[in-house]
Amino acid sequence: MTDSVPFLRLRNVSKTFVGVRALQDIDWEVKPGEIHCLVGENGCGKSTLIKTVAGVHPPTSGTIEIGGEEVLPLDPAKAKALGIQVIFQDLSLFPNLSVSENIAVDDTLQNMLMPVNKPAMRKKTRAVLERLAFDLDLDAAVSDLSVAERQIVAIARGLAAEARLIFMDEPTASLTRAEVDRLLAIVSRLKADGIAVVFVSHRLDEVVEIAERVTVMRDGRKVGTWPVGEVDQKKIANLMTGLNIDNSIVARDMSSAEPVLEVKNLTRHGEFADIDFTLRCGEVLGIVGLLGSGRTELALALFGMHRVDSGTMALEGKPLTLRSNRDAVRAGIAYVSEDRLGLGVILPQSIGDNIMLAVMKSMTNGLGLIPDKSCRKLAGDWVQRLAIKVPSADRAVQTLSGGNQQRVVLAKWLATKPKVLILDSPTVGVDIKNKQGIYEVVSDLARQGVGIILISDEVSEVFATCDRVLHMRGGRILEEEVPGRVSEHDMEERIYA
Amino acid sequence: MRDGVPSTSAQSALTRLRRRPEAWLLVVILIVGTIFSLTARDFLSLPNIIDLLETYSVQAIMAMGLFVVLVSGGIDISFAATASVAQYCAALLASQLGLPAPLVIMSGLAVGAILGCLNALLIHYVRITSIIATIAMMSVSFSLLMYFSGGKSIYTLPDWWTDRIVFWQTETESGDLVRITLPIVAMVVVTLFTWAWMIRSSAGRQLYAMGGNAEAARRIGIDIGRLQFVAYGYLGLMAAIAGMLQAHRVGESVPNAMYNTELAVLSAAVLGGASLTGGIGTVPGVLLGIVLLAILQNGLNLLGVSSYFFQIVIGITILASTSLTVISSRRGRRHRILAEAPANG
Ligand SMILES: Nc1ncnc2c1ncn2[C@@H]1O[C@H](COP(=O)(O)OP(=O)(O)OP(=O)(O)O)[C@@H](O)[C@H]1O
Ligand SMILES: [Mg+2]
Repeated sequence: MTDSVPFLRLRNVSKTFVGVRALQDIDWEVKPGEIHCLVGENGCGKSTLIKTVAGVHPPTSGTIEIGGEEVLPLDPAKAKALGIQVIFQDLSLFPNLSVSENIAVDDTLQNMLMPVNKPAMRKKTRAVLERLAFDLDLDAAVSDLSVAERQIVAIARGLAAEARLIFMDEPTASLTRAEVDRLLAIVSRLKADGIAVVFVSHRLDEVVEIAERVTVMRDGRKVGTWPVGEVDQKKIANLMTGLNIDNSIVARDMSSAEPVLEVKNLTRHGEFADIDFTLRCGEVLGIVGLLGSGRTELALALFGMHRVDSGTMALEGKPLTLRSNRDAVRAGIAYVSEDRLGLGVILPQSIGDNIMLAVMKSMTNGLGLIPDKSCRKLAGDWVQRLAIKVPSADRAVQTLSGGNQQRVVLAKWLATKPKVLILDSPTVGVDIKNKQGIYEVVSDLARQGVGIILISDEVSEVFATCDRVLHMRGGRILEEEVPGRVSEHDMEERIYA
Repeated sequence: MRDGVPSTSAQSALTRLRRRPEAWLLVVILIVGTIFSLTARDFLSLPNIIDLLETYSVQAIMAMGLFVVLVSGGIDISFAATASVAQYCAALLASQLGLPAPLVIMSGLAVGAILGCLNALLIHYVRITSIIATIAMMSVSFSLLMYFSGGKSIYTLPDWWTDRIVFWQTETESGDLVRITLPIVAMVVVTLFTWAWMIRSSAGRQLYAMGGNAEAARRIGIDIGRLQFVAYGYLGLMAAIAGMLQAHRVGESVPNAMYNTELAVLSAAVLGGASLTGGIGTVPGVLLGIVLLAILQNGLNLLGVSSYFFQIVIGITILASTSLTVISSRRGRRHRILAEAPANG
């Protein structure tokens, strides 16, 4: 095949869901063996485009050609047979099955009567995980894995099968730098083997690092496709949003403010040890560290989800013992988890209902009922404040795009007006413009006196929001830094050292 | 990153075992069994055990079919009605038309499979939730059966159907006769087949996948519709086998003899760890569920306790065993971070 014949070509593809035009007249091509990045704001139609090509959603109109041949109507099995593999944004894993059964699931798709060859599946799994240089227990159930490990399993499944074109829908969302680097190396190797990769990410640094061509989408339309040499991060952000975005350091000296949460010698055997810090009213405290540094475990303990083995906590000077997360909520601690889609929302329910869930008590009237009007107002307010892109707050959360679902979870906890707010990777999968929106909400809350703990592995994010930063490694706090006093670059070096 | 460290792998195998509902169930069975054998003298005798096996073989076979449907993420309430219909149709063919054995058996199985597939059709194509569809199917098929049969039993079953088939027999020291009969053998065969099929075959693994995450299964190209037919069809088939075996045991076909066994079978499956949300459960677990049910009922019987009390005990056992499983699985999770990370001074 010569370079000029595209492997995949879409002509005039449109997709309409009830009331939402998710894709409009998309003309798009992917060349064999190229690395193609797809970027755009939350809800602009990236995942829908991928699902259309993967046979998950039939397009409303338009044609799809693969290898020069018209392939509609498509179904998932046919798309696979044509060499299309997808790493879905929601991972689409089987929580009840083992790691190896998830990764080598294609081996069970042949003849229904054939016995499955488990040793072969394990061998295949081990080979892929080795390529990813990631060690996982092959027999562990996926439901027992952490979010990042699940992401690895989803990536491994996409790589395990024979493919000509692999779609990766935000594969790096819950990974930290080390894994991301390994994935990017693998993508380059795939290219060398003649396999095309379409890569979706909201981390524009990754995009310019790896892409050969970049396609920008906006509101269901394609803005255009550029060779990566012709655009940089600023330009891409501008094409996506129509805005110029700049991050600046906001760190303030909060040492004279009242302490709101004091933590002394907090230890949970095997997870973290001797954690000491004081969070002050109105302060934004960052916690950075690699995957598995204990930061999420610490957050779960602060929220009462895990018991601590020793150490003390005090909230506004009063000793605090948490037996469950209910105690934490009652005390005024809110937690937006890293696994938002797993723990945070009820997918089939409406946005309004989801937001209301956390504040049910304060909204009930004398009769124990919740007035419909105040419910609507609450939902409407938050939809607007966080710029959640929906036709109405009555929509079920599962019909939203990935990034918009995350904002619903955020809204749900912000609505509780907490004293301490713990945010675990709050902007993962959120587009660049709305990251700014979330940062604004965070500093807004801080100005109102809420103590905020922000866990993140994006140093730029921590620098753009936090007053102080704790660096965690191996379950301990290694050092405390102030953004600005240390440069972003130095901090990054130390974390990934 | 973590796991895979040799010293912890034996430990993790143990924790994993502790989290299996089967392990807990076995413990409960041993405890209950010991109590009964101490209080009711006949309980642990070989004739009593074999008798129990035969009595519960019909329910065990239906439980295997139901297990497959539960794993696929659905539920079926209609299988006992299906068993009755298949049994009665076969009995009619045998007694009224005098058809030969193979033909009668084939027709009975066909009736069961067709009723099962009808469930699948309603669920997959008409998109009715499985519990509603099968409740409707249960009322319809059972009422039709009662209407056309007029509730009359068929006593004139041919000899080939009602004659005991003994595979092996022996006499105990006390002079009791112990026989391994057809229902027991059928139960063993069905159980082994279901086990191997669900664990080793592609269809079995696809059913587990579909029960775990149906949308993901669709996205990776699993034919959901076909699997629904496989699951409900298999249960229909098992129900038909169970129905005909039940007539074999009692020597007649009574239209409402199997009515109301659904809940007992369903509780056994749930006791054995089959999840009502799909994707989780094992054949040994379901079998142990049946065993526990049988032991409780028989033991309490021997002790002369009322059968209402039995229902209470079943309810409490289900609550206790499911909560034990949940609690023990919660405790098992603790991420090891400090152990492998280099200590920082
Ligand atoms: N099943 C569905 N039913 C109704 N609307 C849907 C459905 N799936 C997606 N949409 C809508 O289609 C639009 C595009 O969604 P899509 O998931 O493709 O966005 P995206 O670009 O992947 O965003 P993100 O970066 O947040 O993942 C959104 O407005 C979304 O609400
Ligand atoms: Mg998306």
